[in-house]
Order: sequence, then structure tokens, then C-alpha cells
Amino acid sequence: MTAVVEKATSPRLLSAEMPSGRTTGWWGMVLFVTTEATIFAALLGSYFYIRFQSGPHWPPPPLEDPKLTKVVIMTALLLPSSVPVMWAERGIRKGQRWRLRAGLAITMVLGLAFLGMQAWEYSEDLKKHTLTTDAYSSLFYTTTTLHGFHVAVGLLMVGWLLAASLRGSFGYRRHERVRLTAIYWHFVDVVWVAIFLCLYLSPRL
Amino acid sequence: MRRDPSRHRARTPWRLTIVLCALVLGGCARHEQSTLHASGAGAQRIEGLWWLMFWIAMAVFAEVMLLLGWALWRRRRARAKIRGGDAIGGIAVLGVVIPFAILVTVYGLGLRDLNALAAPRQDPAVTVDVIGHQWWWEIRYADPAGAVTANELHIPVGEPVRVRLRTADVQHSFWVPQLMPKTDLIAGKVNETWLQTGTAGSYRAQCAEYCGKQHAFMALMVVAQPRADFDAWAAATAQPATTTLTADQQRGRAVFERSSCASCHTVRGTTATGRVGPDLTTVGSRWSIGAGAAPNDAGHLGGWIVNSQTIKPGNKMPPQPVPAQDLQDLLSYLRSLK
Amino acid sequence: MSVDTEEQSRSTSRDEALAELERDWGERPSLRGWFSTVDHKRIGRRYMVTAGIFFILAGTDAMILRTQLARPNATLLSPEMYDQLFTMHGTAMIFLFSTPMFFGFGNFLVPLLIGARDMAFPRLNAFGYWVFVCAGTVMFTSQLVGRAPDGGWFGYVPLTDTPYSTGVNLDVYSLGLLFLGVSTTAGAINFIVTVVKMRAPGMSLNRMPLFVWAIVGTSFMVIFALPALNLANAMLFLDRRFGAHFFDPGHGGSTLLWQHLFWIFGHPDVYIIVMPALGIVSAVLPAFCRRGVVAYPLMVLAIVTISIISFGVWVHHMFATGLPQLSYSFFSAASTLITIPSGIQIFAWLFTMLRGRIVVRTPFLFVVGFIVTFVLGGFTGVMFAITAFDQQVTDSYFVVAHFHYVLFGGAVFPMLAGIYFWLPKFTGRMYAERLSRWAFWLVFLGFNTTFMPMHVSGLLGMPRRIYTYPGGLGWDIWNLISTVGAYILAVGLLLVLIGVVHAVRRGAPAPDDPWQGDTLEWGTTSPPRPYNFAPVPQVHSLHPMWDERTTGALAIDEPLPDHRAMTTSELDGREEGVIEMPEASLLPLAVAAGILVVVLGLLWAWYWTGWYWFAGAGALLIFGAVARWLWPPERTPEEAGVAS
Repeated sequence: MTAVVEKATSPRLLSAEMPSGRTTGWWGMVLFVTTEATIFAALLGSYFYIRFQSGPHWPPPPLEDPKLTKVVIMTALLLPSSVPVMWAERGIRKGQRWRLRAGLAITMVLGLAFLGMQAWEYSEDLKKHTLTTDAYSSLFYTTTTLHGFHVAVGLLMVGWLLAASLRGSFGYRRHERVRLTAIYWHFVDVVWVAIFLCLYLSPRL
Repeated sequence: MRRDPSRHRARTPWRLTIVLCALVLGGCARHEQSTLHASGAGAQRIEGLWWLMFWIAMAVFAEVMLLLGWALWRRRRARAKIRGGDAIGGIAVLGVVIPFAILVTVYGLGLRDLNALAAPRQDPAVTVDVIGHQWWWEIRYADPAGAVTANELHIPVGEPVRVRLRTADVQHSFWVPQLMPKTDLIAGKVNETWLQTGTAGSYRAQCAEYCGKQHAFMALMVVAQPRADFDAWAAATAQPATTTLTADQQRGRAVFERSSCASCHTVRGTTATGRVGPDLTTVGSRWSIGAGAAPNDAGHLGGWIVNSQTIKPGNKMPPQPVPAQDLQDLLSYLRSLK
Repeated sequence: MSVDTEEQSRSTSRDEALAELERDWGERPSLRGWFSTVDHKRIGRRYMVTAGIFFILAGTDAMILRTQLARPNATLLSPEMYDQLFTMHGTAMIFLFSTPMFFGFGNFLVPLLIGARDMAFPRLNAFGYWVFVCAGTVMFTSQLVGRAPDGGWFGYVPLTDTPYSTGVNLDVYSLGLLFLGVSTTAGAINFIVTVVKMRAPGMSLNRMPLFVWAIVGTSFMVIFALPALNLANAMLFLDRRFGAHFFDPGHGGSTLLWQHLFWIFGHPDVYIIVMPALGIVSAVLPAFCRRGVVAYPLMVLAIVTISIISFGVWVHHMFATGLPQLSYSFFSAASTLITIPSGIQIFAWLFTMLRGRIVVRTPFLFVVGFIVTFVLGGFTGVMFAITAFDQQVTDSYFVVAHFHYVLFGGAVFPMLAGIYFWLPKFTGRMYAERLSRWAFWLVFLGFNTTFMPMHVSGLLGMPRRIYTYPGGLGWDIWNLISTVGAYILAVGLLLVLIGVVHAVRRGAPAPDDPWQGDTLEWGTTSPPRPYNFAPVPQVHSLHPMWDERTTGALAIDEPLPDHRAMTTSELDGREEGVIEMPEASLLPLAVAAGILVVVLGLLWAWYWTGWYWFAGAGALLIFGAVARWLWPPERTPEEAGVAS
């Protein structure tokens, strides 16, 4: 009986320790990302469904295959942006706040550059077709805009972490939020690869 | 067609119940839209499938009720013992092995029927286009070309008829319960089905996919006739409207051609060539007006012209303020179109 | 010191610890407290009450529909009214009643069943509730002003798209369901994380109650199925308002795309509704059979299998659309097979009854009623898996009969069983047995009288969703019987309501464990204190309350102090640590209000372009509230841990 009491009043139970194992936050973010990924999967599934229902030419004439130059640059900006996030996360696990700040700042810059490029690409695309041109265009703009929105949300999260880290909220004991933001950012990154393959490369195959 | 020998024996009591109930409680009912009075090759197969599945279901239901009743009855005996064990064997047999065997059998039979429904034995000689509109059916025969009517589909007895289904607006579903299971009319797509019956008669059909306000009154009458009658009907329907008219009918035609009627309706052989509403070249001979909304007689037709919204609220035909004398002439003309 | 004084001092220290827990967790009644609470029990009860109100509204719709259909050529309702009523009836019963009601059960019960102090994300939980209330209110308000959705609950395009639907009706549908989807997704994630991380020590996965398994299975289905519906509704909204062409065949779109997306969600949704109900059956039976449900591993396997196969059967809702025969045979096979796991559960329950000692009380009666009706619904379900037969009777009253047997029989009967079973725990009061038995028999009789005749009218060729029908087609009498049955059913349900209200106001105080149940919720007070369990329960078996090791420890263990809860490992429930639980907050309400503003802005933009700015303002409110919600506290370098 005493053993039970001791167990319940042991120092481990009395202080909120650094969580060991996967935390509730980790599971929450992973599940959220899973359901988000399912939305993108359904969207790309719809893209191929419409594509296989349509005629021999895709995208439907008079539209041409989407141009690649800017998109390749965008990919080159976004894909590597996961690396500084990882570097930052490793840093804060060791308590190195400067690495967290620097890493997040680099990611911020890359992400903003991506969005800037996307705006530039849109300004040229919109001259050729808009959301209301046909089903292909509806899918094209919805998918890329939804992803752009996710990048924007990711950037808000990164920016918010950066602000909090400048104020001094994180260290090797407390970095849960960095980990969660990193998961989200990697997700946004991976989804872009899928979009790039489906929307930009697959019409050329 | 091979018939399940147990079918006839099996369906008698159930039918009897239905008929008795109907007789006792509701008076005599016609069954011209019933899947249980199948007349076409396709629907007959499915009727057989239904009774097979019905009796299997009843057998399994009896088994479940037996177990349930046993469990409840045991309780009444004083102090029934709680038994341990997981009953996995029992569950495996009753819940997996037996159901699996039944399901595989039913699935196989269902597949056989599905294949039989896919295409008729012989290639159809008659092809008809059925186009769904909110809320009526446009019927166009490929041969003789120009045989166009509405809400009435004539087919020859004993022959398969190919039906090509399109929609002019929203989704509908083509369902002649006594002849053939349903096939949807999908926007942007042409679906095909076929009809065949050995028995002359009228088979009521009705749109089965919700299509808006008047989904309830989008009926279609399938009329199966001997081949000779069918040919005569088709030839007559392909003809333009007759021009031998009485004086009031002629005045009626003039009213028709100069009023707003002509902008929506066609009467072949006149200047009325509207395509919004049904072709009226043979309106006088049809089984109903408004796709089942009202019987086709002078009174209802007059009411329909003046304000069809009271008969079929929401339909696309606006009220027509026709002067009384003009209306009489118009009715007399329309009734003559056969 | 003598043993006696030691005992005494321990019990005083326990009392003090309990008093402290009350201070840490208790909420003084106040208006602010009402809006800011994050207690899963209060939220759970609110979910149930709100869903109950929506059930009454949607049920009233149904009564009006049945009254119209009692006789042929009736003119009680205009076609427009009828269309709105049947659409709202279906949509509300599926989205605003069934799922939220079971989320209410889950919210109240899951933390108790697993011995936790709250859900993993209490604030997210409160947020989910507020979103649900707002979405439901928007949708029912549209009915009050005569602008409710009128495209049927599965809203097939092109009827629901421009130009065939121009009013605001279908915008309410698409936006309302998108709005509601936020709540459902949040709830599902919360359930999974709670179950994965917050189980009492010792509750390994194979000691988890079947109801909890069912909620987890349901939540996983939500995670993977709901995106398809959300996407379809977003596309519909873009089509309608912004001129996109997803569903417009004239511009390369496809109307069947809507059907695929809808049913990829829609079929799992049937199980999303029914599976928690099956979980309730598995939870109720042990108490009234005096033994655990047999074949626990098979039951878990059945839940998992259903969750997976349910994603492979959606095309059986599209058997009449003219797809290739090969796809029909595949989906027909999958739809046939999915009945096997359900059959396993039915027989497991039957064997549980056979091998136990039955005590008949109202919850048990509802379980028996459930088995009878659900089995019948299962038979017609198999019939619909057979393509050729499906093509004949789909979209007829036969299918209406079928899904009411599955959804009312399969979900509402267990729900009523659950209400009576857990009423003592929900409210601390007992219900009146005689009244509830009357309620059962009326519901059972009324239900079967309503829906059994629909099988016949369907076979006699009566299509669904028609606002009236001509006489003389053989349908009249069956419709009349259905309508009479509906009124009997309504009286039965009214008795249930009266019973619940009576119990809450006048019922005898409930003991902690009135049924000698086997799961942990019976190990706490009725109703439970805000912290649920003072000491952390220790679980050693599948039936912790029938296990003296657990009950003994619960009685004497020291309470876990402070506003904290324990986390355990995912698979075997090993203790991992203790986490601080969030305090009550108004922020969840603020975020939900922000989303409401966005939704209303988008809805009204139709009439006045300026409302899009209103939506923008709502987005700002959301952003501000979320940023505030998630803003981490400032910490000293030691607290955060900074490398020197």
C-alpha cells in the first residue's frame, strides 16, 4: 500500500517533466496533416479523373502545357527550405537559440520567395486562362492556390515561432511547437512535389 | 430463360398477402408500376432474384430470432449459469462460414443476372432516343426519322428495343419497373439500355432520380404493341400534322401559330417550331398531359393552357391569358392532333 | 504512532488533496464560465442536448413529410416546401444529429472509459462544439426563412449547380457542411489523440473497451473520408459563386465527379454513424448479461475491417449511372463482403446473451430492438450490393426503408439504449423504468409500422423524393400505414424525452454504479467530479471494474494533484509522464465566431458584394484568436533550457 502512495507522490508525478515519447501535440499535428494530405489527394484524383474523361489533348486546346521555367525555380526554392527547419529544430534541441532563429529566418525568406514567384507566374497564366475558362483551369488554379494558401499559413507559423523565439520561449526543455511547425512545413513541401509532378510534369509525358 | 423452380411456389403466399391487404384496406389497385408484376425479360429476372434473396433473408432472420429467443427464454429458468469461453467457433461458423457461402452464391447469381441485363440476345431493330427534360420526356425514333413524341414510348412486342438516354438539363433516371431496372440520364453522357416484353400493354414509368420541383410528375407510359400496330403508329407519328381541319380547328391553329405557343412548341407542318416544350404534333392521342399530371381531356387541357401552374406547380410553362373563344378553338385544334 | 492514527492522517491528507483538486478543476457557475468551459463532460452533454434539439427539428420535418404523403394528391405542402423539408430532414439527421450525438457520447464517455481526466485537447474540444452549434444554427435558420437547401442530402449536380439552382439554398448547404466539417475533423483528431496518449496506465490496446475502439475507428474514417466531402462542397461553391467548371460538362467538367467524391465520403459516413452505435451495444451488453462480450479480438478485428473496407464500396451508390460492368462486379463484391464483419458482431452479441445471465432493463430492451431491426436492414443491405437488384430498387422507397432500418435501427436504437444506460452517469439521476418500457414498445412498434411498408411501396414502384403521387398505383394503403406508424414513433420518442426530462428534474439520485458495469466510468461518482478520477486508475484487465486490483487501488491511492493529467505510451499504456491541462478559455468561442463571420460573409456576398469584406474581417478575427491561443508563455532561459 505504501508503495502505491509513494508511486503516486513520487517527484516524477509531481512535476511536469519534459514529455517522453510522442506527445499529444505530435499526434495531433500528424493526424491534421494526414487529413489535409487527403484533401490534396482527392484534388489530384479529381484532376486525373477529369483528365481521363477529356479528349486526346491535355490541357484542352487552345491551352498549352504549363511552362516549366518559373515552376522549376519555385521548386528549387521550396524543397530546400525544409533543411533549415530541420537544422533549426536540431539546434533548439541542444538549446542553441541562434540556430533556431537563423534557420527559421532562412525558411521565411525561401517561402516568401516561393510565394512571390507564384504571384509572378499567376500574373502570366491569368492572361491565358482563368478559373472560369474550363474545368482544367478550375482545377489548376484551385490546386495551386490551395497549396499557396498552405505555404502562407506555414509562413505565418514560422514567423510566429520566430517572434516567440526572439522573445525567448524555447530551449532544449521546451521546443514542442518548433517540432510541430516543422512537421507542417515538411508536409507543405512534400505536397508541392506531388503538385509539381501532376500538374506540371505529367501533361508532358 | 431458365426459371428457378421454387419461384412460383415461393411467391404465391407473399403475393396473396399483398393482394389481400390491398383488397381489404385499399380497394382494387392497379399494378402498372410494380416490380413484382414483371413483364419484361430484365425485370422478370430481377423479380426471381428478389424472391430468392427474400427467402434466404427470412431463413437467416429466423435463425437469428431463434438464438435471440433462446437467450431470452433461458433467462426465465432460475439462475441460468454464466458460461465462460469466447464462442469463437460458433461465431466463426454462424458469422463467417455460413454467411460467406450464402454471399458467394447470391453474388454469383447476381452477376449472372447482371450479365444477362447487359445486352439483349438479339441486336435490337428499333432504336429510340429518350431525352430527359425538367419535367417531361422527349421521345425520338431513329427510324422512321421524325417520329417525335413526348411522355409516351411505343415499342413492338417480343423484340428488344435499344434506348439511348440523354438529358437536356439535370440528372434523371429512366425506370420502367415492370420491364427493366433503371439507368440514369447523366449530363454530358449518353447511356444505353434496352426494353423487351412478350406481353402487349401499357407500362407506367417514372423518373427515379430527384430532378427538382416536379420530380413527382415526370411519368412516361411505355406502350407495347404488336409489330404491325407499332409500325402503323410510328409511320403516323412521323407524319406532319393533318391539314384537313374544320373551321374552328383552323382558327385554333391560327391562334396557336400567332400566340406564344409557337415559341416553345412544335407542331410539324405548321410554322410553330419551338423546342422548349414537348412536340405537340400528336398531343391529342397521348395518355396524359403534363407527364402524368392530369388526364388528357378537353377540360384539363383547357385548364393547363390557362394556368398550368395550378396543375403542376413550378413547371416551365407560364400561364396563358387566352380569350375564351380563342381557347375553345385552340382546344378543338389541339384535340384534333392525333 | 499507532496504526490507527496513521490511517487517520492519511485519510485527512486525502480529504485535503481532494479539496485541492476541487479548487483546481472546479468551475464556479457564471456566464463567462458557461462560455469558456473546456470540461469534456459539460461539452459532451451540450453536444447531446444540441443534437437532440436538431433531432426534434429534423423529426418534425419528417412528420410533416409523412402527413403530406398519407394520401395521394395531397396539397398540404408545395413542391418547394417539400423539397426543402426532405433535404433538411436528411441533411440534418446525418450531419447535425447522428454524428454530433455520438460525438457527445464519445466526448462524455471516452475520457471516463479510459480513466483520463479530460480530452487530449480540451480547448479544441470546446471549439468543435461551438462550430457545430453555429453551423447547425445557420442551416436551420435558412429553413425558418424558407431558403433551406433543396437538392437532397446528396446534392447531385447539375440540379444543385447554376443555372438550375440560383437561390441561396445550396450555398447554405455547401458552406454549412464545410463549416461543420471543421468541427467533425477537430473532434475526430481529438478522439484519436486522447485514446492513443491518455489511457490509464495498464490499459494496453487489448484492454481497451470496445466502445473506445469504435470511436477510434469512426475517427479514422472521418479523417480519411471527410476531405472528399469538403472538397466536393468547396468545388460546388466555386462553381456556383465564382464561375468555376468542375461539374459542368459543357466546359470539360464532370457531373459524375461530384457523385464519386460525395460517395467516397458518403459510404464511410454510414459506418461513421453506425459504428459508435455498435460500440454502445458492446458497452451496454456486459452489464445486462453479467459477462464480457465474447470474442473480443474478433470484435476489434471487425471494427478495424469495417473501417478499411468501407472505403472500397462507394460505387454501389452509383450502380445506375452506366459505369463499366467490371467496376460493378468489383464494388458489388466489396459491398457484399463488408456484411461479414457486421455479422460477426451480431453473432458475438447473441453468444454473449446466450452465455451470460440476462437482466432485462430498458437499455437491454433497446439492444434487442436494435438487433432485430439492424439485422433486417443488413439483409436489404446485401440486396443492394447485388448490382442488378440495386438497379431495380435504388431511388425507390425500398432504399428509404433500407437505410432507415440501418440508420434508425442501427444507430438510434443503440443511442436510446445508451441514453438510458448512462443517464445516471450523465445526470446523476435514475430514469423511471415503467415509462421507459412504454417508450421502448412504442418506438419499436412505431418504427416498424413506419418503415416496413416502405419496402412494399418501393417494390410496387414508388420512387423516393416525390412530393405527392397519383392514387390507384397500389401505394396508397402502404403510405397511410407508414404515416400512422410515424405518429406512433413520434409518441414513443416523446416519451423518451419526457423520461429524460423527468429523470433530470425528479429522478431518484443515482448510485455511482447502478448496473455493476465493467468499465471505468462506473468507478467514479454520478455525475463525475470535474477531474473525473482523483487518483489515476490502474488497469489490469479488460473489465477493470470487475477487477479488485483496480477498484481497490481507486479507493486508496493518493490523488494526482494539480490541474494535470497522465500520458501513457501508445500501444501498451505504460506511464510516460504528467502534463499540465489547459485552463478554461474564451478563445475557442472567439475562433468559432470568426469562422461564423466568414461563413455569413460568403453567404450574403451573393446579394451585396461588400459582404466579402465582412468575410475578411472574420478571417482577421480567426487569425488574432488563434495566434493568442497558441502564443507560448515567456520563459526564463533556465525554464526553456538554453545552452550556455
